[in-house]
Amino acid sequence: MPILVQHRQIVVPGQLLAEGRDVEVKSQHTVYRVGDKLYSAVIGLAEVQNNRINVIALEGFYFPKVDDIVIGIIIDLGLTSWTVDIRAPYTAILHANDALNKPFNPLKDNLRRYFDVGDLLVAKISVFDRTRNPILTVRGKGLGKITKGKIVEIVPSRVPRLIGKKGSMINMIKEETRCQIVVGLNGRVWVVGPSPLHEEVAILAIKKVERETHTTGLTDRVRAFIREELKKRGLVS
Amino acid sequence: MKPEGLKLINEEGLRVDGRKPDELRPVVMEVGVLKNADGSAYVQQGNTKVIAAVYGPREIHPKHLTLPDRAILRTRYHMVPYSTDERKSPAPTRREIELSKVIREALESVIFVELYPRTTIDVFIEVIQADAGTRTAGIMAASLALADAGIPMRDLVAAVAVGKVDGQLVLDINQLEDEYGEADMPIAMMPSLGKIVLLQLNGVLTEEEFKQALQLAKKGIMKLYEYEQQALRKKYVEIKPEEV
Amino acid sequence: MSITPTNLRIVSTLKKHSMASLIEKGLRIDGRKLNEYREITIIPNYIAKAEGSAYVKVGGTVVIAGLKVGVGTPFPDTPNDGVITVNAEFVPFASPTFEPGPPDENAIELARVIDRSIRELRVVDLSKLAIIPGEKVYILWLDIYVFDHDGNLLDASMLAAMTTLLTAKIPKAVVKEEKNVELNKEEKIPLPINNKVVTVTVGKVNNKLIIDPTVDEEQILECKLAVSISEDGRIAGMQKMGTGVFTEDEVLKAVKLAKEVSKTLFAKINEALSKVQ
Repeated sequence: MPILVQHRQIVVPGQLLAEGRDVEVKSQHTVYRVGDKLYSAVIGLAEVQNNRINVIALEGFYFPKVDDIVIGIIIDLGLTSWTVDIRAPYTAILHANDALNKPFNPLKDNLRRYFDVGDLLVAKISVFDRTRNPILTVRGKGLGKITKGKIVEIVPSRVPRLIGKKGSMINMIKEETRCQIVVGLNGRVWVVGPSPLHEEVAILAIKKVERETHTTGLTDRVRAFIREELKKRGLVS
Repeated sequence: MKPEGLKLINEEGLRVDGRKPDELRPVVMEVGVLKNADGSAYVQQGNTKVIAAVYGPREIHPKHLTLPDRAILRTRYHMVPYSTDERKSPAPTRREIELSKVIREALESVIFVELYPRTTIDVFIEVIQADAGTRTAGIMAASLALADAGIPMRDLVAAVAVGKVDGQLVLDINQLEDEYGEADMPIAMMPSLGKIVLLQLNGVLTEEEFKQALQLAKKGIMKLYEYEQQALRKKYVEIKPEEV
Repeated sequence: MSITPTNLRIVSTLKKHSMASLIEKGLRIDGRKLNEYREITIIPNYIAKAEGSAYVKVGGTVVIAGLKVGVGTPFPDTPNDGVITVNAEFVPFASPTFEPGPPDENAIELARVIDRSIRELRVVDLSKLAIIPGEKVYILWLDIYVFDHDGNLLDASMLAAMTTLLTAKIPKAVVKEEKNVELNKEEKIPLPINNKVVTVTVGKVNNKLIIDPTVDEEQILECKLAVSISEDGRIAGMQKMGTGVFTEDEVLKAVKLAKEVSKTLFAKINEALSKVQ
């Protein structure tokens, strides 16, 4: 057996994962090869499936990918574009022409009317490559400025766990807390609920998933946790 | 000059702090000790205490300082004024400048810098108490902080200083042994890969002694490597799921 | 703070490839073998106003070291020893990539590596440089200036430093009334020297080790190991430089190589000394 670690084992940088040229790797920056040997590059959870190995990072920042849905904060204004923080090594750009349905004339109009510094938005990454910063678009269903609710940040690499297989975890949380939740792949989550108390419980549940990412039986525990917390606050789930 | 009558190895072959020649000082390693930094770690070896913090990869301005095909590293090794017997001036000394360079060069071969063009990865090491072995504790803290920040690396870096006192090679020297010994050799490695990333010698050794010093260092490094891995895992293993 | 350098000399990829492939075959672009130095010129007593000096040329690299002497107070923990400080500067015109300003991390590292080797081997017997023990001692300033950078600055600088110390003539100290010390320029004495040391920088390219890299070859080195060797073959200092890595084996090989090659350097120094009366 050329694979030396078990599924869901915690691995650390430099840990030897497997030996053999025929072991497949499916990873983004978390596994690297030297000759026949495969090593982990980060602290993470090993994913072993037949002859394929991957490591899910337990820590880290968001690395942009085209078509990802992200939640950003406007941090600066240019002449015809905004600079957006998306919790990545690179800041992102939103062009005025994308955000507005009409052409933008900087002489007649002011970017601040639409998005100001500090505003939150849901956007999609439309362009990104090694030579330039990510470009965002807010054209599309569900994209645009965020005006109500709460934002919670989690470690971006734990987002898949928050979403769950086919959305199982996040859908359960939405149902149980009666909140609308948009999960940005960059580790920002937007919660809107029937009341601030509902939103608070949803956020606690999200943080619990983040903390216990590496454990099993999480969905059931989180469900029980939510019901408990709702009860404490006199809410019915 | 060594004080008259100072024996760094006594008749039982023990050192001034009671250790055997191949014994490490007690070690404490904590990961994720700072709230703001992207990654951080605290390392204590005997009386030497260091904190390392990492920010990045992130953009910096001016852009002309960055490289188009990889991240640049900025590394600062610094000792706080109250870390030493005599107050140390806060301004960077020639020693701190040299050590910052040597540590940065070591980390350049460890981090996958090509993954993040046009960014910088900042590594800051502060020595808060100095009892020798500060650069080796510092580079270990830095590598734990980098792992804590989720920055991909080839391996953790484990490091130790080997000395020669009263003619004998000893592992993990303390300040007395550093000051009055005949040699001081800090060495840092990527243990899984068997690669040396930092190596200096201050003092005089024969070729044979040097060979032995390397062996002794490797022993210490493998042990410290284990402690580092434990420190990283501790953060997760401790979170036990509540009983349902 | 140390920052990844971004202003390096440009060497064409074509040249880099040809240098690397030649080295694979055991040759250098200038016809040298892997363990050969370029032509070395050492001229002691190059600067008349300095108490000691040496001009060294290795290939195209030019370094001039100078020694100035004064009188001062000793360090509190070594009250009976003279004081020696080693400083190095890379003159801005020595390379298109050097900027004017205080010594950068490379110059500081070079000075400190040389200082450590000289100090640890007690090359200069500082205990013989006390004038009034505990109060007044000789202060030696050894300044190393790189005037032209064609690679291997450290080895050339150490040759200049060592030759300077070996050929220096310092004015004899005269103690006058009330413990005032005067330096008598009419009566000169040599420095008390215990030992000779040279530094050999070994560079790594793929799996080959080379000696005395030129400034272009330095662009293809993965890393370097500078090894200081005393005349009796002991290791008097080491410094790994550069961003690559060494295996344990490579380090041991480099040390062996440095020991062998150091003999050439000692021979050069002795040759230069023999020409001085």
